[in-house]
Order: sequence, then structure tokens, then C-alpha cells
Amino acid sequence: MASPDQAAPAVRVDNISFARGRHTIYEDVSLTIPRGRITAIMGPSGCGKTTLLKMFSGQLRPRTGTVEVFGKQVPQLSRGELYTLRKRMGMLFQSGALLTDLNVYENIAFPLREHTRLNEALIRQMVLMKLELVGLRGARELMPEELSGGMARRVALARAIALDPDMIMYDEPFVGLDPISMGAIVRLIRLMNDALGLTSVVVSHDVPEVTSIADYCYILANGRIMGEGTPEALADSDSEWVRQFMHGESDGPVPFHYPAADLAEDML
Amino acid sequence: MNGLFDTLFGALGRATLFLGQVIGGLPGLLPRPRLVIQQVYAVGVLSMIIVIISGLFVGMVLGLQGYNTLARFGAAESLGVIVALSLIRELGPVLTALLFAGRAGSSIAAEIGLMKTTEQLSAMEMMAVDPIKRVIGPRFIASVIAVPLLTFILTAIGIFGGHLIGVSLLGVDAGAYWGQIQNTVEFREDIFQGLIIKSLVFGVLVGWIAVYQGYTADPTSEGVSRATTHTVVISSLAVLGMDFILTGLLFSGV
Ligand SMILES: Nc1ncnc2c1ncn2[C@@H]1O[C@H](COP(=O)(O)OP(=O)(O)OP(=O)(O)O)[C@@H](O)[C@H]1O
Ligand SMILES: [Mg+2]
Repeated sequence: MASPDQAAPAVRVDNISFARGRHTIYEDVSLTIPRGRITAIMGPSGCGKTTLLKMFSGQLRPRTGTVEVFGKQVPQLSRGELYTLRKRMGMLFQSGALLTDLNVYENIAFPLREHTRLNEALIRQMVLMKLELVGLRGARELMPEELSGGMARRVALARAIALDPDMIMYDEPFVGLDPISMGAIVRLIRLMNDALGLTSVVVSHDVPEVTSIADYCYILANGRIMGEGTPEALADSDSEWVRQFMHGESDGPVPFHYPAADLAEDML
Repeated sequence: MNGLFDTLFGALGRATLFLGQVIGGLPGLLPRPRLVIQQVYAVGVLSMIIVIISGLFVGMVLGLQGYNTLARFGAAESLGVIVALSLIRELGPVLTALLFAGRAGSSIAAEIGLMKTTEQLSAMEMMAVDPIKRVIGPRFIASVIAVPLLTFILTAIGIFGGHLIGVSLLGVDAGAYWGQIQNTVEFREDIFQGLIIKSLVFGVLVGWIAVYQGYTADPTSEGVSRATTHTVVISSLAVLGMDFILTGLLFSGV
């Protein structure tokens, strides 16, 4: 019953490498994001998680290798085709990235106004529905600068799903949130995935939160995939490195210090 | 030295390609004039007060200086022409463009730079909205529209300022002041070539520099502040240099 298009994964990345100047970010990284699941990409700060999302959306191109999203070879798409594809993907930015000259309501209405010819009454219905989902229907008149970090992220989430995308990418959705907002976001990601049948990609270094919702995890570090599997499988992985990362121990094969000369030598 | 030329021409080439992209996106604004009107209103309101005040003072100074010189030759009734021609051909377009660069150009660059820093431009791209069409285009075309309008305002107020000093204070005949302006100022040569062409060119220059600086700003607070300063400095030099070229082309004894 599944047509080939539906059976294919949402994203398939094959052997990509990428560098910023002389700094190599990926070397031969391959991964797949299955449809309808929550896939996590974890890794230390600066390992290239945000960069990977930018490859999915075609904002950056790999030096070698292929990136296929919904059956399309992203690096080869024209600008128009890329924009058509992006309407099927929502992205929650690390910073929220709300448009500062528009209030909450208009921020969520923005993609609808840009891409549809819906009348005002219909737009209002859709915006209020998305706001209800993130629990901020009462905050629709506020300007972005009047929102707390957690509220801004929920508004950004409502905006990311405004066009009912097939896939949503969350860039560090848990950073800088209090425990209550954190719980709210975790529940929202699960809810969106299950209720709307979305494909979700969560990029984060908050191990406990991610493992609580992810169906499958990849660990990215040193330009390669260091480990992959279900959260349980990773937690008692054979690799000492993966176990250290999953349990957040500061000592182990991952050094806490950036390589440096001996402290005593440096001080003298 | 070679490095300097490379940087200069490299930047000019990139800025020109960018301008091509911006202009290519302008037809997309036709069905949505509101986006442009909002921006014309925003930059116009920003600059209106300083343009009016500067116009008044410059006109008054021209009235005073012009009267002192002309009176020595017994030609005080030509005061209107001197004030009007100075403003229409040179001071109106140049001063307006300089004031516009300082007030509106800098704020356009800062606004775009900040939108870039806070990932708002990336967010638009992710929503399949082209920021060059949606954000840059309206601000660029708003400058091209606003600078000529503001130039008209500054020039008119300046001529009125000259009248205030020359006629009301120093006793030049009011009929002579207006009459000489009417007889001497030519539409094609003075108003069209001076005021309209120059102010349009300056509007393009300042708008172009401001949006380019903002769009290419480093996404940091220093980057945005550098873009703002550069906008004012480069616009001012470009306007003064271009004014010399245009005056040479348009008024050199044709
Ligand atoms: N515009 C850029 N120019 C040059 N280097 C960059 C740029 N953006 C990112 N980098 C580099 O690319 C690497 C990966 O950056 P990226 O933002 O993908 O990391 P990240 O895994 O998302 O980190 P974090 O968890 O801190 O968000 C970093 O080493 C960074 O220094
Ligand atoms: Mg990141």
C-alpha cells in the first residue's frame, strides 16, 4: 500500500563532506530521517548540527555527497524548486527569529499571507488554531520583545507549522528554558509529531530531554557519526565515548579541555 | 595598493550584482504597493523634520549672503534667482541626499543588519519568502521615491526662507523676488536636469548603499554598527562625487 515515495525516508544524507575555510566540519557523514518519527541529532557545541539543518533546507551545499529530501536532490534544485520544497518544511530557529516589526498574530499569519490567497476570516481561524496549540491564544497582540524566551519559542513553533509542513526541524529547542517551559516544549514536539503525523528532527545537546522523546538518535562529533540507535541502545553502547556523552560524565575519552600546553608551563 | 584596488572593485562588482537582483525583484512588488508605501512613509517621516528645518536655514543664509553681494552691484532684486537657482541646481538635491543618508539611510542599514543578525532573514528564506524581494526591494525603491519628494520640499522651503530674509527683513521688492524667479528658472534646464535627475540619481545611490551595507553586514553588533557608519560615509562621498559628475554632464555650456 505504501507508494515508493511514502516508503522512502524523509531525508537521506549520503557521504557528505563539508568545510568552512580550512576547518573540516563533516567527513563522509551519512544518515537517514524516517517519516513520521522523531529523530534526534545530538553532539557537542560547534560540531555542525545547525549546519546540517541548513543542508537539509538547501541554504548550504555539501562539498561532496548527496542530500535528498522528500525524494529531491536538494543541492541541484533551482531557487524556485527549493522554495516549493521549503513550504513542506518548518524550522524552529535556535533564536526564535520572530519578525520584530510584527506582533505575535501577524508573525504567524506571515507565511499564510505570503503563500496563500486565503481571506482574512480563514487566516484568523488558522492563526488562532496554531496559537491555541502552543497555548498562547491570549498573547496574540504582544510584540516579540514583550515575550519571554520560552514564549517566543512557542510562537516560533506556531509559525513553523502555519503552512502545515510535512517535516519540522527544531534547532536547540530546549536551550535556556525553565523546567516548566521545557516540559511544555517537550510535550508539544511529541504532540505535533503524533497528532499531525509530522516528521520531526530535533537537534540538541540536552541529552535527557532528547532521549525522553526521540525514537532514534544520531550522535555527531569530530566530523563523523560517533553513534546511532534508539536512546536505550545508546545509553549502554559498547563505545566508551558514546556512553560518556549520553551520561554527561566530564571525564573519559572526550577531553574537557581544548588542547593546550601544560597549565604550569602556561602560567610561568 | 593592488590589494586595495582588488577590494574596491570586488566590492563594487558584488554591489552591482546585488543591485541587479534587487531591481529584478521589484516587479513582484507591483501587486503589493502597500509594502512600498509603508517604507516611503517610514523613511519620509524620519527625514521630514530635518529637511524642513535645514531648508529654512539654508534659504535664509542664501538670502542674507546673496543680498549682501548683490546689493553692492545694485542688483538686489535678482536675489530670488540666486536663491532659487542655487537650491534647484545644487543645494536642494545634495543637501537632501546628505541629510537622508544620515537619517534614513543609516536606519535602513541598521534595520536590515539587525534582521540578519537575529536570523529574521534566514527565517524568511526558510518560509520560502525571498528577503531580497520582501525586505530589500521595498526599502530601496522607497529611497528612490522619497529623496526627490524631500528635495522638492527642501527647495521650496529654502526659497521661502530666502524670501523671509530678503523681502520681509531686508526690503527687496516681493514682486521682483518672485517675478525674476518665474522669468529665469527654466523647467527643462533647471528643474528637470537639476532637481529631478539629480535627486533621482542620489535616491538610487543612497538607497543602494544602505541596503547593500545592511544586507552584507557581519551578523554581530559591531558588524551592524560598522554598516551604519559606512552607509553614511560612503553615501556622502558618493553623492558629492556624483554631483560633480552630473553638474559637468548636465550644465557644462550645452
Ligand atoms: N558563517 C560561518 N562562517 C564560518 N564558520 C562558521 C559559520 N557558521 C558556523 N561556522 C562554524 O561551523 C561549525 C559548526 O557550526 P554550527 O552552527 O553548525 O554548530 P552547532 O553544532 O549548531 O553548535 P551549537 O550547539 O553551539 O549551536 C562551528 O565550528 C562554527 O565555528
Ligand atoms: Mg547550532
